[in-house]
Amino acid sequence: MSLNQAPRVAVLLSVGQHPVTRRPRRADQDARALELALNQPNTDVVPIHVGQASSETEVALRSYLGMGVSQIDHLEVSTTREDILPSLAQHLKQLNVQVVLCGTRAETGEGSGLVPYLLAKKLGWPIVSGLASIESIASGSMTFLQALPRGQRRRVKVSLPAVVAVDPASPPARQSAFGPAQRGDIQLVPSTSMDAEITDAESDRQVWQYQVAKKRPKRLKIIKATSARDRFKAAAAKADASGGKVLQEISADSAAEEIIKLLKEEGVLSTNSSS
Amino acid sequence: MLNQILPLLIFGALLVAVIGAVKRVKLWRNGRPAKVPILAGLAAMPRRYLVDLHHVVARDKYISNTHVATGGGFVLALLLIILVHGLQLNSQFLAWALLAATGSMFVGAVFVAKRRVQPPSRLSKGPWMRLPKSLFAFSLGFFLVTLPATGLIPVEWGGWLVAILLGAVILWGLSEMLLGMTWGGPMKHAFAGALHLAFHRRAERFNGGRSTGLKPLNLDKEHEPLGVNQPSEFTWNQLLGFDACVQCGRCESVCPAFAAGQPLNPKKLIQDMVVGLAGGTDAGYTGSAYPGKTVGEHQGGPFASIIAQEGQGLLDAETLWSCTTCRACVEECPMMIEHVDAIVDMRRHLTLERGATPNKGSEVIDNLIATDNPNGFNPQSRMNWAADLSLPVLSDVKRTDVLLWMGDGAFDMRNQRSLRALVKILRAAKVDFAVLGNEERDSGDVARRLGDEATFQRLAKENVTTLAQYSFRSIVTCDPHSFHVLKNEYGDFGGRYVVYHHTTYINQLRQIGKLHFAPYKGGSVTYHDPCYLGRYNGEYEAPRDLLKAAGITLVDMERSGYRSRCCGGGGGAPITDIPGKQRIPDMRMDDIRSTGAERVAVGCPQCTAMLEGVVEPRPEVLDIAEIIANQLVDEEVTL
Repeated sequence: MSLNQAPRVAVLLSVGQHPVTRRPRRADQDARALELALNQPNTDVVPIHVGQASSETEVALRSYLGMGVSQIDHLEVSTTREDILPSLAQHLKQLNVQVVLCGTRAETGEGSGLVPYLLAKKLGWPIVSGLASIESIASGSMTFLQALPRGQRRRVKVSLPAVVAVDPASPPARQSAFGPAQRGDIQLVPSTSMDAEITDAESDRQVWQYQVAKKRPKRLKIIKATSARDRFKAAAAKADASGGKVLQEISADSAAEEIIKLLKEEGVLSTNSSS
Repeated sequence: MLNQILPLLIFGALLVAVIGAVKRVKLWRNGRPAKVPILAGLAAMPRRYLVDLHHVVARDKYISNTHVATGGGFVLALLLIILVHGLQLNSQFLAWALLAATGSMFVGAVFVAKRRVQPPSRLSKGPWMRLPKSLFAFSLGFFLVTLPATGLIPVEWGGWLVAILLGAVILWGLSEMLLGMTWGGPMKHAFAGALHLAFHRRAERFNGGRSTGLKPLNLDKEHEPLGVNQPSEFTWNQLLGFDACVQCGRCESVCPAFAAGQPLNPKKLIQDMVVGLAGGTDAGYTGSAYPGKTVGEHQGGPFASIIAQEGQGLLDAETLWSCTTCRACVEECPMMIEHVDAIVDMRRHLTLERGATPNKGSEVIDNLIATDNPNGFNPQSRMNWAADLSLPVLSDVKRTDVLLWMGDGAFDMRNQRSLRALVKILRAAKVDFAVLGNEERDSGDVARRLGDEATFQRLAKENVTTLAQYSFRSIVTCDPHSFHVLKNEYGDFGGRYVVYHHTTYINQLRQIGKLHFAPYKGGSVTYHDPCYLGRYNGEYEAPRDLLKAAGITLVDMERSGYRSRCCGGGGGAPITDIPGKQRIPDMRMDDIRSTGAERVAVGCPQCTAMLEGVVEPRPEVLDIAEIIANQLVDEEVTL
């Protein structure tokens, strides 16, 4: 079977956590990514997990196996402080993967949502987020629908190989069945990366304090709508970005200037940090 | 002349019947192994038939008398035919006895024929319409051919034409009664039925016993695939049980899902399993179809998937998910076939191997896995309903007389009212009780009936472990589902408890004079028997005693007691929610309305929810605990 006939799709699976009981489970978005991959005909799906082996990891990975995949590659890292990217990138290159599907943000750990971007950067591949449904994966390119606010969709074509992060608006994952979950194989792949990198972020994390996330207080909405349609629109609306401006066809430098200006205005960058 | 042919015919027919029997036994043996005491079973069989089975058949006096005359006559006649005509024993006594036996069979056949003139829709037609005629042929043929042996008429009577005619009639009778028994005719029920009684998978059901708890599934890897995918994955005695069906359709007439127009008919289901074990299509089925489905489109074989993943299998998944596990069919079945076990076995495969629990099923299972309750509430909020009651919690007090099992109703605002009423009653009777509090988990009832045996077993083991830490005399619960599971299904996981449904326990408190009631002033009340309290556990009297003791005039519905109609809330049916023509609780509310009662007393959170879901105006739905709590008088006040 030639690789061109069956594009190889890697799905990155993390250990999720139930929001109420904190029990380990399949991460919702990663499970959706796996669901999209499994529904794609004629693709070679390679589920991959990177992390330390533990009983919690096993519970979570088995619930992915219950979705009907026979094997998950588990790239083992030695400590929680080891950067997962080098060994993951190397494994993906070895497998000759065309598409990497992943969730947008992990349910445990940092949950920074940066893994897809850092992975794409490391691999030198394009990254697209907001995957809602796959239309086709052909040799060299992939067409899919990207989720936008208010249920809008945009058709996107990306050249392969690429990293694509799924949106929570993608179809929910199928039920995980106990039998296949118990019988599925978790294939431990020892770390092949010679220079295991210990990240600074990880050492920083040792001193972090964790607290329960609380919903931010919401500003009360004053309903000005006069018709049912307006009321519905107001109710269904995602928070609109107010202000801002659209800048098109400007040079990279002036674009960067604009971004830095905005970041300063918002207090993300301190005013004296850039010259 | 006929005398020379008869032994040939009789022994020939017996031989062909034996060959058929061997082939049939081979079909059953395709099933998985089952531990059954063979000799003890065979020895117990006559009693099981004459007492236990007849007890069920006798609920319909017409057919039980008919069956005694026909079946009894046939068994006796067959033995005597072998002696008189097969072995040509020349005995006037035997001949007269044979005349009597065939006469009795003939009379029975008249009543069978009468029932078949305008058969009720629950009866299968087709070959079954031929059966009374065959009974006539057998009894009349042998009656006539036996007459000479009694000396009433000369040995060589009639001419060769009469002999040929008589021979043909006898051949017809022998074919139906002997060949049909093992080659798949209507008489198969006698052969398979007798063996089914001997090797029944729930031998405890006989001699007045009760066996309703589901059997545990071995989840080890070597027992794959889990549950039943192909007919050959039933145990051999289950297959044998399916083959015993007489297609009388009593199950069909009591099935709530069938009445609601959901695609389930217990009789058809069992017949489909018979098609599956023998191989073929369901085109030969002549009874009522699954509502909304056409007969003749499904096919299967012993080694083919029952629910096909592509194309048509033996049946459709929604047939299995329509069942409320109310056990009305099992209670009513004169052949003591276990429909619910078979349905749960097949559901287990769909859930555990295919992950195909329909509608909200997978969400409920996920919630049970993650939060130990079906609706995904925070398990740490299980005690919130009792924040103002300062209930003693077992983790503090360690020992108590009565453990009050709250059930998942603790999260439901409607059921919290019933729980509060129960607490009020227990306090009035000065009962020493405590609760598990947030340590309690779902009993696993819903998970198990949705086929998720893995989650059930985890919940059961964890609950058993929790309970083992404390000391208590008995468990009292207002949820018959928890009651049943704790009482009958935790034993397999090492949990053996004295469990009472709250109506039983309150009735006991009343009997020892711990409760006093004010005179009841409301209107008439009817009582709805919950399936898991009544049919599953045989408790019909305590709730009625209790209501009557409170001075309530009780009007029973036509379908009450062991024939009570399900509210539609069992077996995960509200979760899988298979559409039908009407809703089961609406039909039950019509039953309630027809009594003219102003209130309906219930004893189950599921029944409360289902019946209260019926649109008003309708009789008021109250838990028995609520009614009793309202009638309580404080002893000190009355002194």
